[in-house]
This record gives sequence, C-alpha cells and structure tokens, in this order.
Amino acid sequence: MSLTTNNQQSAFAHWWKSGNPMIWINAGAVSISLIMVFGLLGLIAARGGGHFWPKDVLSIEYKTIDGKLSTIVGELIDTDVISKLRYEESTGQTLPKELREVERWMIKVGNRDQNGADFKWVSKFEIQKLGKPSSVVAVERMEWGTLFGELKSISENGVDMASHTDLWSELHHRLDRTLELRDLIRQLEKSEIGRVNYVLEKLRLERRTLELDGTETAENLREIAAKERHQQEIYKVIQRKLEVLNQQIKRDKAKFEIINEGHSQIVELPFAVIVGAIKPNVMNAGEKLIQYFINLYHFFMDDPREANTEGGIFPAIFGTVMMVLLMTVLVTPFGVIAAVYLREYAKQGPVIRIIRIAVNNLAGVPSIVYGVFGLGFFVYFLGGNIDDLFFTAAKPAPTVGTPGIMWAALTLAIMTVPVVIVSTEEGLTRIPRSIREGSLALGATRFETLRNVILPMASPSIMTGVILAIARAAGEVAPLMLVGVVKLAPDLPIDANFPFVHLERKFMHLGFHIYDVGFQSPNVEVARPLVYATSFLLVLVIIFLNLAVILMRNKLRERYRSMEN
Amino acid sequence: MINSVEASAQQRRRNLLDRLAAGVIAAGGIWVILIIVLLFFYLLAVVAPIFKSASMAQQAQYSTPAIHHGVSVYLAIEESKQLAVRATPNGTFIFFELTSGTPTYTYHLDLPPQVTVDSIAQADVDGRFLNVKLDDDSMIILEIGYRVSFDDERRVLTPTFSFPYGEEPITIEHNQQSDHRDLVITEDAVVAVVSNRNNRTVSVAFFEAEEGDELADPDQVSQFEAPFDIDYQMVDGQARWLYLANRSGQVALYDLNDAEDPVQVANIALLNGGAEAVVMQPLLGGSSILIGDQFGNIYQYSITRDKQNQYSLARYRSFELDSSVQVILPEDRRKGFIGISEQGTLSVFHTTAEQNLLSVSLGFDARYNNELHALSTYSPRSDRLLLETNGNIRVYEIDNHHPEISWSSLWNEVWYEGYESPEYIWQSSSADNDFEPKFSLIPLSFGTLKAAFYAMMFATPLAIFGAIFTAYFMAPAMRAWVKPSIEIMEALPTVILGFLAGLWLAPLVEDNLLAVVSVFLIMPFELIFFAWLWHILPHSLTRRIPDGWQAAVLIPVIIVFVWVAFAVSPLVEQAIFGGDLKGWMRTTLGINYDQRNSLVVGLAMGLAVIPTIFSITEDAIFSVPKHLTQGSLALGATPWQTLTRVVILTASPGIFSAVMIGLGRAVGETMIVLMATGNTPLMDFSVFQGMRTLSANIAVELPETEVDSSHYRVLFLAALVLFAVTFFFNTIAEVVRQNLRKKYGNL
Repeated sequence: MSLTTNNQQSAFAHWWKSGNPMIWINAGAVSISLIMVFGLLGLIAARGGGHFWPKDVLSIEYKTIDGKLSTIVGELIDTDVISKLRYEESTGQTLPKELREVERWMIKVGNRDQNGADFKWVSKFEIQKLGKPSSVVAVERMEWGTLFGELKSISENGVDMASHTDLWSELHHRLDRTLELRDLIRQLEKSEIGRVNYVLEKLRLERRTLELDGTETAENLREIAAKERHQQEIYKVIQRKLEVLNQQIKRDKAKFEIINEGHSQIVELPFAVIVGAIKPNVMNAGEKLIQYFINLYHFFMDDPREANTEGGIFPAIFGTVMMVLLMTVLVTPFGVIAAVYLREYAKQGPVIRIIRIAVNNLAGVPSIVYGVFGLGFFVYFLGGNIDDLFFTAAKPAPTVGTPGIMWAALTLAIMTVPVVIVSTEEGLTRIPRSIREGSLALGATRFETLRNVILPMASPSIMTGVILAIARAAGEVAPLMLVGVVKLAPDLPIDANFPFVHLERKFMHLGFHIYDVGFQSPNVEVARPLVYATSFLLVLVIIFLNLAVILMRNKLRERYRSMEN
Repeated sequence: MINSVEASAQQRRRNLLDRLAAGVIAAGGIWVILIIVLLFFYLLAVVAPIFKSASMAQQAQYSTPAIHHGVSVYLAIEESKQLAVRATPNGTFIFFELTSGTPTYTYHLDLPPQVTVDSIAQADVDGRFLNVKLDDDSMIILEIGYRVSFDDERRVLTPTFSFPYGEEPITIEHNQQSDHRDLVITEDAVVAVVSNRNNRTVSVAFFEAEEGDELADPDQVSQFEAPFDIDYQMVDGQARWLYLANRSGQVALYDLNDAEDPVQVANIALLNGGAEAVVMQPLLGGSSILIGDQFGNIYQYSITRDKQNQYSLARYRSFELDSSVQVILPEDRRKGFIGISEQGTLSVFHTTAEQNLLSVSLGFDARYNNELHALSTYSPRSDRLLLETNGNIRVYEIDNHHPEISWSSLWNEVWYEGYESPEYIWQSSSADNDFEPKFSLIPLSFGTLKAAFYAMMFATPLAIFGAIFTAYFMAPAMRAWVKPSIEIMEALPTVILGFLAGLWLAPLVEDNLLAVVSVFLIMPFELIFFAWLWHILPHSLTRRIPDGWQAAVLIPVIIVFVWVAFAVSPLVEQAIFGGDLKGWMRTTLGINYDQRNSLVVGLAMGLAVIPTIFSITEDAIFSVPKHLTQGSLALGATPWQTLTRVVILTASPGIFSAVMIGLGRAVGETMIVLMATGNTPLMDFSVFQGMRTLSANIAVELPETEVDSSHYRVLFLAALVLFAVTFFFNTIAEVVRQNLRKKYGNL
C-alpha cells in the first residue's frame, strides 16, 4: 500500500517536473479567454435578440405569507434565487422553516400609469395558480409603457360599438386608421412645420445680416416681411389641417379591463396613444415569428419614445452611419497620401523613422485625448473663428462653433488616420521592388507607376486600413461625447430643407445611446432590453467589418505569396 | 515630325503631371503629419497659460474727478470695467469712465442733516448690496445697478439706485457710539454687528428679512463683551462667523449660528511676539482671514474643525512683502489677494496655490497717513486695480487668469479651507460662489493607475499564458480560429463592455462575491488537478484527443467548474459567513463594498486589454525562428524547457512591448471606467471600492466647463498627461519591437 503511494507520489513529482501542468495552465488561459469572448457575445445575442420575441402573458394568483390572496398579470422577465436571510431582511417577513432559499420571479406587470411601477417580484412558493388567459391583450402605448388587459369595448365619439361585433378585428381595423392619421400628423408636424420654422429662421438671419452690413433698405425689409407673412400663412394652413386631424384621431377609444393590485379595473385608452396590440397567448410560433420581425422593424425604423427607453433607434443608426461615412471620406485620401509620401516620396532617414514611430504610437493614444483636441481646436477655435467671420448674423448663438457631426467626423478622422497610414504603408512595403523598377524601366513616370501599378496592388491593404478605421470609429464613444453627440437630436443631419445636408447639427449615435439609456435614463429596468438590442446591433456591425478585414488580409497574403514566387 | 512634336508635348504633360503629383503628395503628406504634430502642440498651448505668472501695466492716470465734493470714502469698479465710482463723505456718488476719468453721472444720497458718510462696505457675498455707514451710528443698505443702452453702437451704462431694505437708516441699539458696524445680507436674513473699540461691547442684531422687506426692529438682539479692545471686526458672507481682533494679533472667533447666543469658539494670538497686526482682511467667503504685520508678513488663518467637531483657527500659510503691509485687497471671486507694502511694492498672491504671482514696485509711496489720502479697489473680475493717492487716480491692468493653478496645487497636498490637514482632493466645482476649487490631479492619476493595475493583474497572466499556448503548443487547425476570435475582441466597442460591466457584471459579482473570488483562487489548482487526472487516465481514452487540443478539452471543464462554484458558494456563505459575506466583511474586516468597484473594472477592462496583449505576444512567440526551438529539442530538452529557456527568452522583448501597449490602453480607457465605477475621486487601494480616472473625469466634466477657464485648462492638462503617458509606453514598446525584429533578422 505504502509502496503504491510512494510510486504515485514520485509519478506526480515526475509529472510535475516535466512541465506538463504548466502547459495545461497555459491551455486553461486560452480556454478562459475563449469562454469569456463567446460567453459575452452569446449574452449580448441572447438578451439583445430575444427581446423582440413576443412573450406569453401569465396570470399569477399568489398568496403572501400573511395569507393575502392576490393576482397579477404580466410577462416573466427574470428569475433569481436569494438566501433566506436576505429575503427576510428585505421583506421583514419570516419564512416557513422548510425553505432555505427563495426563488423569485420578476414579472413585468406594465400598466405603469396605474401601478406606478413596471415590475413586481413574486416568490415562487407564494404562487397558487398559474394561467395563460387567452383573452389578455398586450398593448404598446406611446407613453406609460405596456398595458396588459382584456379588451372590453370600443367606442366612437363616446358611443359604444354594438356588442355583436368582433372587437378584436374591429380594434385592428380602427388601429390601422389611427396609425395612418398619426403618420399624417407626424408628417405635418415634422417636415411641414419644420420647413416653415427653418425658412423663418433663415429670414431672421437675412434681416440681421442686412442690419449688420448696414444695407437694409425699406424695400428689402419689406420683401423679407412679406416672405415672413407668407410663411405664417402657410403655418396657419398647416395648423388648421392639424386641428382637423387631431380631432379625427381622437375619435376612437377602447376600454380594457386590467388587474391592479388584485382588483380589476376598467381603463379607457384613446386609440391615439396605442402603438400596437397583440394577444400573445393565442399566437402560434409562426405568428410570433412574424411579430418578431415586425418588432425588429420598428426597432430599426422608429424614433425613440419616452426619454429613449422605448421605441426605435433609427436616428442613432442614421447618425452613426452618416458620421462614419463622413469620416471615411475624410480619412481615406489623407491617410493614403500620407502613407504614399512616407513610403514612396520622402527620403528615408532618421526623421522619417521617427515620424513613422510617432504615427504608429498615435494609434495607441487614448481616444478621449482626440476628443479633447477636437473640442478645443475644431469646435471652439476653428468653429468659433468661422462663426466670427461668416455667421455673425446668428450671434451670440453659435452656428458651427458648437459640437456637431462635421467636427465629430473630423475628430474621428484624425484619430483613425494612423490606422490607415500604417496599413497602407504595410501594403506598399510588400510590393516587390522589381515591380516598381519594371514599370519605371518601361518609361512610366513615378506618378504613373504609382497610379497604375502600385496603388492598385496596394488597394486591398488600403481597404483593410479603411475598414479597420471604420470599425474603430463606429464603436468609439468617448471623444464623441465631447464633439457632437446628444441624447436626443430633434432633427436628422439630412432633411428636405435646402441645403439638405446640415453638417453643423448634432447627432445621435448607437454607442452613446447605449451609454445614455443604460446609465442616464430614469427607468433603466425598462430600457435594459433595448440597450442589449442596441449593443447586439453594434457588435454585429463591428464583427462583420472585422471579419471582412480578416478575410481580405488572408486573400492579400495569398496574392503576395504567389507574386513573390 | 508632327508626331515627335506631339510626343514631346505629351512628354512634357506627363512630366508636369508627375511633378505636380509629387508636389501634391508631399504637401498632403506633410500636412497630415503636421496635423498630428498639432495635436500635441495644441494641447500644450491650451495648458501653458496656467503656469504663467501675472503681469501688470498702468493703463491710465488722472486727477480724482469732481474733487470739490471731497475725498473718497469708497471706490469701486463696475463689472464690465467701463465705469468706476467713488463716493464722498457728503453722500455724493461720482461715476466716471475708468480709462479717462471723465465723470458721467453724479448721484446724491439723501442724508439726514448734519450727517456724513463714514465709510462704505460690501454687504453680501455677490457684492450687490452696499452698507453705507453714517457717522450718526446708522447704516443704509444701498444697491447700485446699471442699465445698459446703446447709443449708436456705443454701450452706455446708466447707474440705478435702489434701497431693497428701505430708505430709512438703520440704527442698532448700542450703549455707546460704535466704532465698527458690519452688515451681512443673506438670502433670508440681515445680520448687523456693531461694536465699540474701548468699551468692548458687541451687539449682534438679526433681522428676518428678504429683499423688499422694510427693516424695522431686529427680531433678535444679543450683546456680549469682547475679551480685548476691538481694533478689527469682520463677519463672513453667510453671517456665521464673527472675528474680533486687536492690533497685537489677538483674535476671538464667535459662532453666530444661534442668534440668541453667540458662542466664542476660539481666542488666540495669531502673531508672534513683537509683531503688530497692521492690516486685517477676510478672504473671499470669510472662512479665512489675512493678517499683515509691520514686517511685511501676511498670514492666512482659517477655521478648521477637528474630529470632535471643535472649531479653531489654524495658520495655513504665509506670504511676504518687503516692508510693512499697507493694503490687503482680497479678490471678489477667487481666493487670491493683492498686498501693497509701505515702500510701494505690490504683490499678487493666491492662497490655495500658495504662490506669489507678481511683485512690482509702484514707483510711489503708497503709505496711508493723514495727509496722503489713499484708497484702492480691485475690479470684480480682478483684472483692474484702481489706486487713489493724494488726489490722483491710477488704473492698472492686471493679467492674472489662472492664479489657482500651480505645480504644488496640482501635485502636492494642499490645505484647503475647512479641512483638518493638507490633502489631495479633486473637486472642481460647486454651487457656491465662494467655493475654493480643488484641482489636485493626484486622486485622478491614482484612480487611473488603480484601474489599470487591476485590469493588468487580470489580463496579463491570461493573455500571456494564452498566447504562449496558442503560439507554441496549439494545434494549427485550432489556432487558425482561436487567434482571430480573440483578436476580434479588440474591436469590440468598450461602451458595450462598460454597459455589461455596470449593469450585468456588477450586480452579478455583488450577489456572488464568494463564488467569483473562489473561482479566481481555485482555478489554477483545478486546472492542475484536471491535468493530473488526464495524465493518469488510461491512454486509450486520452489518445483520442491529440496534443494541442488541451484548450478545447478544458472549455467544458472550466464551465462546469464555474457553474459548481456558483452553485455551491451560497451554501458555503450560509455556513461560514451567515449568508452575508459583504456584511461579514464590513463588520469583521472593516471593508466596505461598493457595487461598482475595482474588481468589476479590472474584469471588464482586463477583457478589453487581453486581445491587445495576446495578439502581440502571440506574434512575438510565433515568430521565434524555428531552428532555435528545433536545436533545443534536438539536444534533449522537453518542450516546456525549450519554451522557458529558449522561446520566451528570445521573445521577451516582444512580450514586454505587448504589456506596455496593453498598459497604455488600460490607462486611457474611458467608457468602461465611466460606466463601471462610481466615479468618486477617492484615494483608496481597496479592490472593493471604485475610483475616478483622468479619462472619465475629462468625459464627465469637460462638456460643462467654461472655455478657457482654469478648470478647462486643467482638464486639457489631464488630457496632455494621458497623451504623454501613453505615448511614452507606446514608444518604448515600439522601439523594443523594432530592435526585436532586427534581432530575429540576424538570427
């Protein structure tokens, strides 16, 4: 017996000395890293992608420890298990002896206007009866979040519909009409009134410019006044149209029976505040899938509501894409020219070597530093001076001397230009001398060689650099917080008003949206799924871009390998 | 012939284009490089002014306007520096242009017959109200405002006068003629303190009154006797503290908090033997006083509170003039002041920054005496100084934008007003006007390093070990997807990591602290245990998975282990710590637990740094020339020996540079720390407490900062520090890496 232990001991010691355990520890490090990477992506995907799936609405009858019976209706959001001690501490109640821990269900009960809160915790041991009533309707509203209840009646101008009608299809029928009206109203409010305001502001600036130049005459002032009157006329017409529409949209109302603190209660809801209504408990998988994509569509295409905690993220997607495109337009030519200069034109020497190291290092400078530079130099210094020179009429309100999408794009362009330079240079270095010399020997000038031979050959590395720059810019938030991002931009940087593209405007951004909704919003619990969804979208975009880079890099490698042979 | 002409024309065009392109590319390239250089110099240019000392230049000199009304008892400069005003004993206010001395407006205050103005003093913190002290023992509260109008593009200021607390002079019942009369107006009260020099009685009167109320009888009057002759009397802007002092430097401090019963909290000698208090002035806010003696010393004393809540006066710091102090002029909005000596030397000081920003000789005698009537005033923004001597007014322009910043106020411990001892504090703004900004970069730098330290503690071993395995042991088929998978994480937006850290990981760690800690501690042993198990398992079983796939085998093992740890730890917590580990830590170990703490930041930021370190380390190890390892293996070394003695040694500069670059990234990361910590600028090593980093501080404060203010420039300095530190780390890494490449080339 003792012999075997000895043997085993020495076997262990031998094994220990061989270094194998260390190899396993190293392997473990890789495994942990991989688990974290994929765990993280999986977490974001599950929480972000899962949010849009219509959940069943449960009806839960439960009995509290002190014997009170109550019912709530809502979606099961989360469960957790807490120790007896913590439960007793937080609730002040004594648990039955046999329970060592408590499983709690987090139920989204909705009806925030009635309950005051969106969520309610129920302990599993309290639950008496669990049901999925088929009649329950989940109504998404413009405000106060979701409503769970049973559709009781529909009224038109205060008169109830005949009871024999199929209420559910009637609801959808009328909802379609309401949605059309709402679109019309939004159209009028946003674009038409927006245009009037825009023109009026232009006219105000025109008059101020005349005053500042001292060139105002009775005639041109009259002209401006006439134009202003004209706009006001238009405004009045729109206003009248709006009044009519607002009357129409108020026509229909629906009554729902909701459960509030165990008591049922009738709530009347004007159709004007309903965004959508479904009966999740009677939907089959196919219908739920369709609803899933409808929800997804609304998420992508709608404006945010309720301080960004509900609705869609269209302006953020738009702002991100536009800012990144602007940045790309700026960074590509400059990055390529700088790289070509450094590699092809400049005399190689210690100075260029230092510059190269410096450019390399700039890629590692914290992004917030670029943001500080952008705010100080672009916004306050450049923008301020441009305002003084060209936009005196609008003073003291700054026109371009304030954070905006143009400055954000410029700042990020400076931040990412080292990436493009380094990548392009790498591509240029890889091109064999023989190819350059061949081209020059055939009589081509340096520029012709560059344009017709070298740049096309280097184009994949240029693309790589640009895509890397885009991937970095798309996910960067810290500098944008200083140079142009806002939580809610009233207008998109592109609209129907001349000159259509407004680069001085502030914009919304996916990354900042995550920060803002996740950390600055008053109702984080409600907003959390949307933040996950936004994160998921951003991660997808960035992984897609990076995969493109990796594929391109591999292809490039093959190409040069064949060239060298 | 024609062809050749055409050809040569074409040739010329080509050459021209070539030259043009060369020019454009060179210009463009240099332009881009210049912009990059500009980044650094712009930051430097914004920061530079905070280290500049002050300067002063005489702007104008003229004889006192409307001197026939009498000498000045009061001098002031109005906010926009267009007008100045002086008042005379007969109640006349003469407004004149600051730069020329031309009188623009005269106002006569209605005084009772036979009564003249003694002096005029500011009566509130913002300087809106004036306390006009009359020689019949009464006071009038006067407000001077300015109406702005434009006369043909020229800005015209018209003074307005109002009596927000009634036109009737206020008299406080006092047993004798008073020598000192102070009025302090706060939001809901007016407090008057009246005292007699030799008689030593002090009367404190409280009026509960808001602006617009007529002051009648005080709601509360209390009287007490001072322990010495009262040469100086001062009340702070909140009417909380009353200072009484005599010329030998004895000061008694009274707490006026309780209107009925002022309490003496201190009675101490502030000056050393022989010195005489020739000037005494409160510093902005009134919780500090400045005492000047006849040797030219100026001392700052401030009210401090010790742990037993006992108040006392403590000597904070001292400043020096060349001869007996004549004038001390505190600034209206900062904790700075001007001192003027008998010999006419003017010095500009700042108390917090403890610096003498300027010392110049005025070139004339600034002595106060009976023949030479002298009076001086500082403009509200402390950029103009007005000196009146002997019927002459001199106007000086003072350029002193950032007195509160000095090397010592940024990096050394500073004794701030109200604190018990010198400390490192970052507190840049407050709602109060008399706030003392605290711009110590130490807490922020500390926070930055702390966050980076915990992130590196977590990331470095994982990334380096992982890279070693991936580069040296891993099967090529597995490496082909492992490497890009980890590298792709480098591009993951840190805002997402921060969001997950703050809203998912932080609560998770809080609820499962024991599990998280034990996973960290037990993981290596668990790995070794499993490796041993694998080793003694029958080879027929283990053979199925070839060498180089260990990492794949371990994935389920680790997941199961972590799951078990999370499942078991509540039971352990219940058994050992009574089900509440955090409560146990708090009561038994005295460790407080913040939900968003360094542990969470370390994990999240570690995850952001791992790909960087991993990728560079992996490259360095993978590109160690194969003949080196083959030689080592051929000589009989085991793979592990080869790795530790040959590969890692050769690749160590590469690993070093990987760590440097990772560190650079951790130092500058903003979003994760912003979202995953409480952002409190405390200096605390505890892993269960948060921090505030330089980068997060910039992100939080810069958007709300006034452009070109000291705060703005200090934030730029923070950015410059970040820039310099990361640039330094990266440069080291880059140089090391280039040398390494050269070395590999030689091998």
